[in-house]
Amino acid sequence: MTADMLSQEISLLLPEILLAGGAMVLLMLGVFMEGERATRLVYTLSILALIGAALLALFGTGGEGTAFGGAFVFDPLAKFSKVAIALVAALTLTLALPYLDKEKLLKIEYPILAILAATGMGMMVSANDLISMYMGIELQSLALYVLAAFNRDSLRASEAGLKYFVLGALSSGLLLYGASLVYGFTGATGFEEIAQAVAAGPTVGLTFGLVFVICGLAFKVSAAPFHMWTPDVYEGAPTPVTAFFATAPKFAAIVLLARILVEPFGGMIDQWRDVVWMIAALSMGVGAFGALTQTNIKRLLAYSSISNMGYALVAIASGSQTGLWALLVFMSLYMVGVVGAFGAVLSMRTKEGMVENISDLAGLAQRNPGLGWSITALMFSIGGLPFMVGFFGKFFVIYSAVQADLIILSVLAVLFSVVSAAYYLRVVKVMWFDSSDIEFVPSAMSIYWVTRMAGLATVLLLPVLGWLVYRAFSVGLATF
Amino acid sequence: MFGEIESLLTVLTFVPTLGALVIAVLRFTTRPENQDITDRNSRAVAFWTTIITFGISCLMLWEFDPSISGFQMIHEVTWLEQIGLGYRMGVDGISVLFVMLTTFLMPICILASGAIKNRVADYMIAFLLLETLMIGVFTALDLVLFYIFFEGGLIPMFIIIGVWGGQNRVYAAFKFFLYTLFGSVLMLVAMIFMFLEASTTNIITLLDHPFDIDVQNWLWLAFFASFAVKMPMWPVHTWLPDAHVQAPTAGSVILAGVLLKMGGYGFLRFSLPMFPNASDYFAPLVFALSIIAIIYTSLVAFRQTDIKKLIAYSSVAHMGFVTMGLFAMNETGVQGAIFQMISHGFISGALFLCVGVIYDRMHTREIAFYGGLVHRMPVYAAIFALFTMANVGLPGTSGFVGEIMTMVGAYQVSWWIATGAAAGVILSAMYMLTVYRNVVFGEMTNPKLETITDVDMKEAGMLGILAIATLVLGVSSTLVTDVTAASVDNLISNYQAALEAAAAQ
Repeated sequence: MTADMLSQEISLLLPEILLAGGAMVLLMLGVFMEGERATRLVYTLSILALIGAALLALFGTGGEGTAFGGAFVFDPLAKFSKVAIALVAALTLTLALPYLDKEKLLKIEYPILAILAATGMGMMVSANDLISMYMGIELQSLALYVLAAFNRDSLRASEAGLKYFVLGALSSGLLLYGASLVYGFTGATGFEEIAQAVAAGPTVGLTFGLVFVICGLAFKVSAAPFHMWTPDVYEGAPTPVTAFFATAPKFAAIVLLARILVEPFGGMIDQWRDVVWMIAALSMGVGAFGALTQTNIKRLLAYSSISNMGYALVAIASGSQTGLWALLVFMSLYMVGVVGAFGAVLSMRTKEGMVENISDLAGLAQRNPGLGWSITALMFSIGGLPFMVGFFGKFFVIYSAVQADLIILSVLAVLFSVVSAAYYLRVVKVMWFDSSDIEFVPSAMSIYWVTRMAGLATVLLLPVLGWLVYRAFSVGLATF
Repeated sequence: MFGEIESLLTVLTFVPTLGALVIAVLRFTTRPENQDITDRNSRAVAFWTTIITFGISCLMLWEFDPSISGFQMIHEVTWLEQIGLGYRMGVDGISVLFVMLTTFLMPICILASGAIKNRVADYMIAFLLLETLMIGVFTALDLVLFYIFFEGGLIPMFIIIGVWGGQNRVYAAFKFFLYTLFGSVLMLVAMIFMFLEASTTNIITLLDHPFDIDVQNWLWLAFFASFAVKMPMWPVHTWLPDAHVQAPTAGSVILAGVLLKMGGYGFLRFSLPMFPNASDYFAPLVFALSIIAIIYTSLVAFRQTDIKKLIAYSSVAHMGFVTMGLFAMNETGVQGAIFQMISHGFISGALFLCVGVIYDRMHTREIAFYGGLVHRMPVYAAIFALFTMANVGLPGTSGFVGEIMTMVGAYQVSWWIATGAAAGVILSAMYMLTVYRNVVFGEMTNPKLETITDVDMKEAGMLGILAIATLVLGVSSTLVTDVTAASVDNLISNYQAALEAAAAQ
C-alpha cells in the first residue's frame, strides 16, 4: 500500500478522525484546565467540532470511495447522513447547555460522550462490512448508555440508563448472532461479498441471520415490537439526552438498516420485505394508539418517534431508489420537527423547575404566543399535516410505497396518521383552548432560538424543499 | 387590461396571508396593556384585507373570459421538478364563481365577528389564513397543491371552533378535524396512485388522462370518501351539526358557505371528469344517498330544538340536491348543482347570521326560548322571512332556481329521483316555516325578550347585501350559468365521450 493510497483512504475518514481526535483532546483539556470556564470551553469546542465534521464531510474528503479493504465506504448516502447527523447533534448540544447548567449537571463528559456517539454514528452510516458495522453500533450505544444515566443522582435516570443498557445489550447480542449466521452461510463479512453470495441464491440460514440482524437494528430505531424501552428511557433520561436520542442515533440506525437491506441483501427483498412490512405496520399502530393516553410530553414524543420510525420503515419496505430518497427527505424533515419539539420541552420551566406534563402547556398560546405558535407548527409538522414540511416527508414515503405496489401498507400508514393526528391535536388543544396560570420562566437564548427557528422552518422550508429533494434524489441515484 | 399579470391568482390567494402577517406583527409588537388598540387594529386590517381581496377577485372575474372552456390565468412556477410536482394556479368556469363566493363572504364574516372579545388578533389571523387556503383550493391546478390547501384549511377551522366556540367546542373541533382528515387521507393515497400512473400532478394533464376502468372504481371510491365527508352526505354528515352548533357565527357562515362547497367542487374537478366510467357506475349509489339525505335530514331538522342545528341539517339536505344534480350529468343538472351551491352559500350564510343576531342578544339558540320577535324586531322579522323563504325554495329567490334545475336534471335520469327530491322541498317548507313561526310570530311570552332590540345598521347592511344577492340570482340566473356554461358543456361532452368509448369496447 503506497503512501498515496493511504492518504487517500484516510481522507475519507476525516470527519470521524476529527471527532475521535477532538474527543481525546477535549477530554485532556477538560481534565487539566478544570473549572467552569473550561467546561464551557469544552462545550463550545465540541459544537464546533461537530460543525467541522459536517463541513469536512461536505467538502473535505476528496471524493468517494472505500477504505480499509472495503470495510469503510464514503458514498453519497454516507455523506448526506453524516452532514445531517453532525448538524443535528450540534443543535441538540446547544440545547443541552442551559439545561445542564440549571440542573447542576454541567460536566465535561457530556459533550465528549456526545461526540463519541456521533463518531460511532459516522461509522454506522459508512459501514461496509459486518465488523465495522458492529463497531460503529457499539461505539454509539456505549456512549448513549452512559448519557442516559448521566444524571446519576436521579433514580429515574439511573433506571433509564440500566434499562437501556440491558435491553441494548440484548439487541446487540441478537445482531451479533445474526451477523455470525450471515458470515457462516456466506463465508464473508464484507457487504460486497455478501451481495454476491445472496445473488447466487438465498439460503434458509442466510434468511435466518438476516432476520436477526433486522431485529437488532429494529431495537436501535425503536420500532415495534422492539420499542418497549423507548417511553421509559425517554421519560427517565435528562431531557437534552432524550432530545439527542430522538434525533441523530435514529437517523444513523435507520440509514444503516436501509443500507444493509438494499446493498448486501438487495437480492433478498422478497424475504425481508414481509418482515419490514410487519415491523412498519406495528410501529405505526403502536405509536399511534400508545400515545393517545399519555400525559407526559416526553412519553408522548417517545410514542410519536415509534410511529414515525414506522413511516421510515415503510420507505425502506418499498426497497427502491424512490424509497431511499424518500427516507432521507422524511428523516431530515422529521429531525427539524423533533429538535424543535424538544427545544419546546426544554422551555417548559417554571420557577420550581422543569415540568413535563402536557397539561402544563395549558393556555400557552395566550401567555407566550411565540412559543405557542411554534409548538403548534411543530406538532402539525411532526404529525405530517399539510402546509407544514412534515407533510412532504410522509407524502414521499407513501409515494414510494405506492410505487412499490404496497397499497395496503400505504393505506394503513395514512389511517394511522389520522389516529396520531388526534394526540398532536391534543397538545394544540391544551395550548389554545385551555387556560391556566402556570408561568414559564424565560428560556435561555439557544433554546429560544432553536425552538422559534424550527417552528418557522416548518413553513419556510417549503420553497427550498426542492433543493433537499434534489440532494436526496442524487443520493438515491448513486446508491442504486 | 390586466391580462399580462399572470400571477393574479397567486396574488389573490396570498393577499390574506399578507394581512395575517401584518396582524401578527402588530400583535407581537404592541405591548400587552394596549390590548384594545391591537384588537381594533386587527379588526381593521382584517376587514380591509378581505375587501382588497374581494377587489382583486372582481378584477379576476373581469379578466375572465366565459367563452373559453379550459383554464385561464394560469400561473406556473417550477417546484420539486425532479419528480414532477409543481406550483400551478388557474381558474375555469367552474371554479371562478367559488372564488368569488369565498371573497364575497369573507368581509361579511369579519364584520359579523363583533361579538368576539377575546384574542381578537389570533381570531383574525386564523380567518385570514383560512381565506388563503379556501381560495387556494379553488385555484390550485396541481393535485398535491390542491390537497395541501384542502387539508390545510382544517387547522385554522379547528382553532376557530375550539377557541371561540360554544360550550362543547372541544368535542366538536376534534370531531370536525378527525372526521374530515379520515376521509381525506384515502384520497391522498389515490392521488399518489394517479401521480404514478400519469407521472404528473398537473390537473390539466390529468383531466385528459384516461384511467384504466378497473382502477377507476377504486380511485373514485377514495375520492368519494373525502368529498362525501366534506359535502357532507348521509351517513357521514354527523360532524356537521356539532361543528355548526359550536362554531362562532362567522365560523358557521364560512363552514356552510364555503367549506361544504369544497366537496361539490371536488366532484366536479376530479371524480366526474377524471373517472367518468366509475362515476356512471356509482351514480345510483349517489342518487340513493342524496335522496336519503334530502328526506331523512329534513325530518331530523324538523325535530331540532336548537336553531343552528336545524339549519345545519337543512344544509345537509340542500347538499343532497347538489350531489343529485351533479351525478345526473346533464347540463341542467350540473349547472343547477353549481347554482345551488352558490345560492346555498348566500342563504345558509345569511341564516346563520340571522341566528347570530339573536344569539348575540340573548345567548341562547333554543327555539322554545323565543317567540313573538316580530313585535320587537320588525326589520329582523322581515329579513329572516326572506331567507326562510329562500331556503324553502320560493320562486324569485335563488334557492328556487337551484332546486328546480337540479330536479329537472335528475328527472331526465329517472322520475323517482326527482320525486324524492320534491318530497324534500315540501319537508323543507315544513321545518323552516315551523321554526319561523315559533321564533318570530305568536305572543311574546318570554319576559326576557321584552328588552330585545332590532338589528342595527351593521347587521342590516350585511344581511341586506346577502338579501340582494339572493334576489338578484333568483331573478336572473344567467349571471351564474353564463359563466359556467362553456366549462360545464366541455365537462359533459368529455364525460359522454368517455362512456361511449367504454361501451364501444
